[in-house]
Amino acid sequence: MAEPSTARTLTTEPRRTPPAPRSVGAYPLLAWTWMRAMAQYPVSLLLLTFGQAASTGLELTALFFVFGHAHQLAGFGINEALLIYGLAGVAFCLADFFMGSVERLGEHVRKGSFDTMLVRPVSPLVQLATDEFSPRRLGKVVPAVAALCYALAVLDIDWTPARILMLPVLIVSSIVICCCVWTLGASIQFFIADAREVANSVTYGGQAMTEYPLAIYGRSVVRTATFVVPLAFASWQPALFLLDRPDPTGLPEWLRYAAPGVALLMSLAATLAWRTGLRHYRSTGS
Amino acid sequence: MRVLFAVFSYELRRFSTYRVATAAGVFTNSVFGVINAMVLLAVFDAKPEINGYVAEDAVLQVFVAQAMIGPVAIFGPPLDLADRIRTGEIAVDLLRPVHPLLWWLAHDLGRAAFSLAFRSAPTFTVGLLVFALPPPAAPEQWAGFAAAILLATLVGFGLRYLYAISGFWLMDTRGVHATAWLLGTFASGMVLPLVLFPDAMAQVLRLLPFAALVQVPAEILMDKATLPGGTIAGGLAYQAAWAAALIAIGTLLTARATRKVVVQGG
Repeated sequence: MAEPSTARTLTTEPRRTPPAPRSVGAYPLLAWTWMRAMAQYPVSLLLLTFGQAASTGLELTALFFVFGHAHQLAGFGINEALLIYGLAGVAFCLADFFMGSVERLGEHVRKGSFDTMLVRPVSPLVQLATDEFSPRRLGKVVPAVAALCYALAVLDIDWTPARILMLPVLIVSSIVICCCVWTLGASIQFFIADAREVANSVTYGGQAMTEYPLAIYGRSVVRTATFVVPLAFASWQPALFLLDRPDPTGLPEWLRYAAPGVALLMSLAATLAWRTGLRHYRSTGS
Repeated sequence: MRVLFAVFSYELRRFSTYRVATAAGVFTNSVFGVINAMVLLAVFDAKPEINGYVAEDAVLQVFVAQAMIGPVAIFGPPLDLADRIRTGEIAVDLLRPVHPLLWWLAHDLGRAAFSLAFRSAPTFTVGLLVFALPPPAAPEQWAGFAAAILLATLVGFGLRYLYAISGFWLMDTRGVHATAWLLGTFASGMVLPLVLFPDAMAQVLRLLPFAALVQVPAEILMDKATLPGGTIAGGLAYQAAWAAALIAIGTLLTARATRKVVVQGG
């Protein structure tokens, strides 16, 4: 009659291994694992990081060429433009760093590797976001941060306590908004697996667009980028706030304080889209 | 020759199955085109003429650039050859009774032909419609442009073939490709027309093969005096010279590489 007692000891025995972190907690762990893997090839990593830095650096060069001819675009000079470029770069490049990998969902669905993610005890979104997580993407942020710091130093910004406090809030909100844009772009791929490039038109396209003062695109584009795809909160509204300038397209001033609210709404929308997509996911069977 | 034609048509058919991806590509290229064009319109609003370009020319070049992304594969994809060198599958390619360069050229032309018809043409049309651009009327400009696209595709292939066979010496070509895509987009006039670059820099870039991918085809379509030799024929000659040079270097390096190639494993 040994069997029942064995069974009892098994059930009462405390678990020896700590439980695997279920969702968000697993993010730093998985990211760190991938980073260590990437660091096994230090020269390659260094070169790829440098390449990423050069890619935003070249866009910055183009910005200088453009302003060398035009001097002012929509009433914004080169220093103001550098502020806008820097804000957009920080928001999009950090979002790309944290969430950029999710755009490869379609590929994972096609190859069947998304099924593997679903059976693991960690949120598939976290697994997707940390897939091949590489510090090289931080290379992109370097020229943007440099431009932002330079602009903040040279521009005549009235540093009231409110501005000093709001700046980090606005930057964090802009990063959250961009992360949500990436997640929304990935969620579309649950329905159309080949839609990665469509997602790119709002992610990388959004970055290209918000690197310049939005007013140059005209009223209807500014309105769309404020109320439909709220990319205006990545660089345009924060820049107007810091520079204390009225919106040239006539949108109300309270919008520049709306970024945290917009970030929250976007997070809800992204969560909803992701969950809907996940519920409709059908394996390709391969 | 029949083998090459078969490779060409299989590749054409392979790409024709990616319909949604093609539509997504047209959409994305159009969006980027509209964004770039609006930035340039703002620039030309501040300064109506820059080095012989007016606003319409800049917008037309933006859409030529977006249309060329497919055929010349300026952002990639790299030739499958690069991966085959790394994995050793190149051994199979070398056994074929066709020169590897011609084999991969046929391959790439199939891809380019498909994307020209289904990616470039729609994107370019979108640009003309959105910005209500009058297309150039002169038949020689269109004939020149058609030839320029073909030559640009050859130059694009020549460059990518060299990037890929660098794998015979480097094994991993990712670094080469990453650098090449960057240099290619910037130096070809894709990011910004070369006429907006500082003069000295533009003159250097106009000597490199990358200008044959976007800047020269755009100027041929518009029949600009900034073309090499100032004429459409001059522009085409420049492209043809680079295409020939790159393919010659490619042939030479293939011969050297195949003499030293050691395929591991079994």
